[in-house]
Amino acid sequence: MKRIITLTVLNRPGVLNRITNLFSKRNYNIESISVGHTEQEGVSRITCVVNVENGGVCEQITKQLNKQIDVIKVTDISDQAVVARELALIKVQSLPHTRNEIYSLIEPFRASVIDVGKDSLIIQITGESDKVEAFIELIKPYGIKELARTGTTAFPRSSQRTNQAKNYSIV
Amino acid sequence: MLQEAAFTKVKAETSNGSGADLLIEALKREKVEVIFGYPGGAVLPIYDKIYDCGITHVLPRHEQGGIHAAEGYARISGKAGVVIATSGPGATNIVTGLADAMMDSLPLVVFTGQVATGVIGTDAFQEADILGITTPITKHNCQIRSVEEIPRVIKEAFHIATTGRPGPVLIDFPKDIAALIGEAPTDPEISLPGYQPTLEPNYLQIRKLAEAVSTAKKPVILAGAGILFAKASDLLLEYAEQQQLPIVNTLLGLGSFPADHPLSLGMAGMHGCYTANMALYECDLLINIGARFDDRLTGNLKHFAPKATVAHIDIDPAEIGKNVPTAIPVVGDAREALSMLVKQDGKTPQHSEWMKKLESWKKEYPYWYENAESPLKPQRVMEMLYEKSNGDGIVVTDVGQHQMWAAQYYPFKKPNRWVTSGGLGTMGFGLPAAVGAQLADRSACVIAVLGDAGFQMSTQELAVIKEFNLPIKIAIFNNRSLGMVRQWQEIFYEERYSHSKISVQPNFVKLAEAYGIKAYEITTESEADSILNEVMEANEPVLLDFRVAESENVYPMIAPGKGSHEMVGVKK
Ligand SMILES: Cc1ncc(C[n+]2csc(CCOP(=O)(O)OP(=O)(O)O)c2C)c(N)n1
Repeated sequence: MKRIITLTVLNRPGVLNRITNLFSKRNYNIESISVGHTEQEGVSRITCVVNVENGGVCEQITKQLNKQIDVIKVTDISDQAVVARELALIKVQSLPHTRNEIYSLIEPFRASVIDVGKDSLIIQITGESDKVEAFIELIKPYGIKELARTGTTAFPRSSQRTNQAKNYSIV
Repeated sequence: MLQEAAFTKVKAETSNGSGADLLIEALKREKVEVIFGYPGGAVLPIYDKIYDCGITHVLPRHEQGGIHAAEGYARISGKAGVVIATSGPGATNIVTGLADAMMDSLPLVVFTGQVATGVIGTDAFQEADILGITTPITKHNCQIRSVEEIPRVIKEAFHIATTGRPGPVLIDFPKDIAALIGEAPTDPEISLPGYQPTLEPNYLQIRKLAEAVSTAKKPVILAGAGILFAKASDLLLEYAEQQQLPIVNTLLGLGSFPADHPLSLGMAGMHGCYTANMALYECDLLINIGARFDDRLTGNLKHFAPKATVAHIDIDPAEIGKNVPTAIPVVGDAREALSMLVKQDGKTPQHSEWMKKLESWKKEYPYWYENAESPLKPQRVMEMLYEKSNGDGIVVTDVGQHQMWAAQYYPFKKPNRWVTSGGLGTMGFGLPAAVGAQLADRSACVIAVLGDAGFQMSTQELAVIKEFNLPIKIAIFNNRSLGMVRQWQEIFYEERYSHSKISVQPNFVKLAEAYGIKAYEITTESEADSILNEVMEANEPVLLDFRVAESENVYPMIAPGKGSHEMVGVKK
């Protein structure tokens, strides 16, 4: 099962190494990881998507992450109402007779064309991973020349509908 | 979220000096008594300050010896062991010790020299990425980036190493910063918003545990080293007596409960005793206090405590539920938890049947071996060491068969008398760890129990023992083989003794004498008796080369993959 874990960490040297190291040391698989600054100076936010066999493994991951001195907070937000977004850049082959078709796919996905070349386009798409995935599948037959994805970044929505939110970090 | 109070304090006093000065000052503030260190290029500015700093400095003869000595010191003193090594090879030489300390939760503060900041990352002479190398085997590590932060970083390092679940902290110290003059606060505030170990257990969980105890028919406590770190042995005794709860010890937890107490069932695990292992197998309530359910303790997890409700008290939440599903998790300090538990009212368990059964197992299945005058039996030697030290020695071991015999035949009555490499199982640990143990307790009778192979991994530390005239009794259990490996090859590999028998061995007596240390070769029990009488009280080191039976095996044994009820060799 896929789980989304978010961390806030002190932005100190080696902190990312510490996190990824822990995943490999404990034999956990990361699907994606994204890192960036937050509203607070010196604090970064990391979003990890992991694929685990069961909830127990995910609980272990969050606990182990929490033990890192530079990690301030770890939350498994998978069971909360979240906003999760990923960005992908796709360079796709576009020939005169396929260009219109490609444009017609872009629109319903609210993707956009950000660069046009002689025989290729660069498309930018944002959304939940599944949407990005679906779009890539659709565009594949036209010939993807290059693809770059950021990995998911996420946080909980302001209002949670249920109170089933699971938070492992306060054990 | 960030500890705001920490930032609003009035600006503290500052002091002026080089980075190395600030380092020494910080060590003094932490009341460091002894440094285990080895100089080299990158730490020369630091060594120039150590020269007349007044703190005892021990020069091991190999950095690995230095860090193992610091581990022994930490285990006995309860304080952080301090290590200094130079950059590159000095730093990589301590890697095994860091991994060992990490596994066994020993508090260390380790300083490694680093090349000057300007050349970091250029593969400069004696540069090694020690932060990268040690990230997975330290509780925390970091590099000093400016003179100003030195006092704070060192204070934080001691705090991290010694609180919560203890562990090693490494500080990488670039050479130029050690020489640089700067101004820094003398009493800095710790700023660790991500580090707040939970000490006080949740009251509701304690209640739940107390209720489980009162209805249990077959309760047992598994007491680990967490009790020792929390200095909670007295409370464990009080609680066990109050509720009449039998106690099983882990290897590293030996001494946390008096072995001669009627409620003590002894050590469990791969070479633990029948009663302890069967108690874990049969119990209906298992209360783990400060142990981590290591695989050498549990055997095959499928068969571990199959009938039990498991309660687990641990200061490290990540240990709870890691290996064994836990119904009653209690996160907190063992001392806090026990002090809450002894105050709970509720009836004591009705478990007389269980206690009778345990008692009969104890009588029926004690540790056993067949004695002989010749060749000398290692178990007998261990018993004699116990007798001649009145059971009051500090026993430090290396790794192998002798380690298990020490655990079996030296029943500890008091806490903090036992130093062994449990989690990593590091050969070469014993001799230097004994150095540290003796430095932590100068008046103790320290016995280093070593195999002939493990001794040869750290022989050079005899020089330190001589230099400081540490009255360590070095007992080599000389079976002329890698005994534990030989045992496994005998049992699991059809007696194909691949590289486990040692045909060439130095003369250990002459070797010790070369270091100026008295030594004896001992081949019989009567010889052992008279020589031990002579040397046990001596105020100088002595090396005893016990020529023990070569093909003796450690029993009982839980073979790999087997459950704790599937011991072999439980009886003659
Ligand atoms: C550094 C290291 N290398 C290898 C091993 C594997 N090992 C475990 S016990 C053992 C044999 C130890 O022989 P010795 O020191 O003579 O002790 P004995 O078992 O004979 O008592 C070996 C090789 C180890 N634990 N540590």
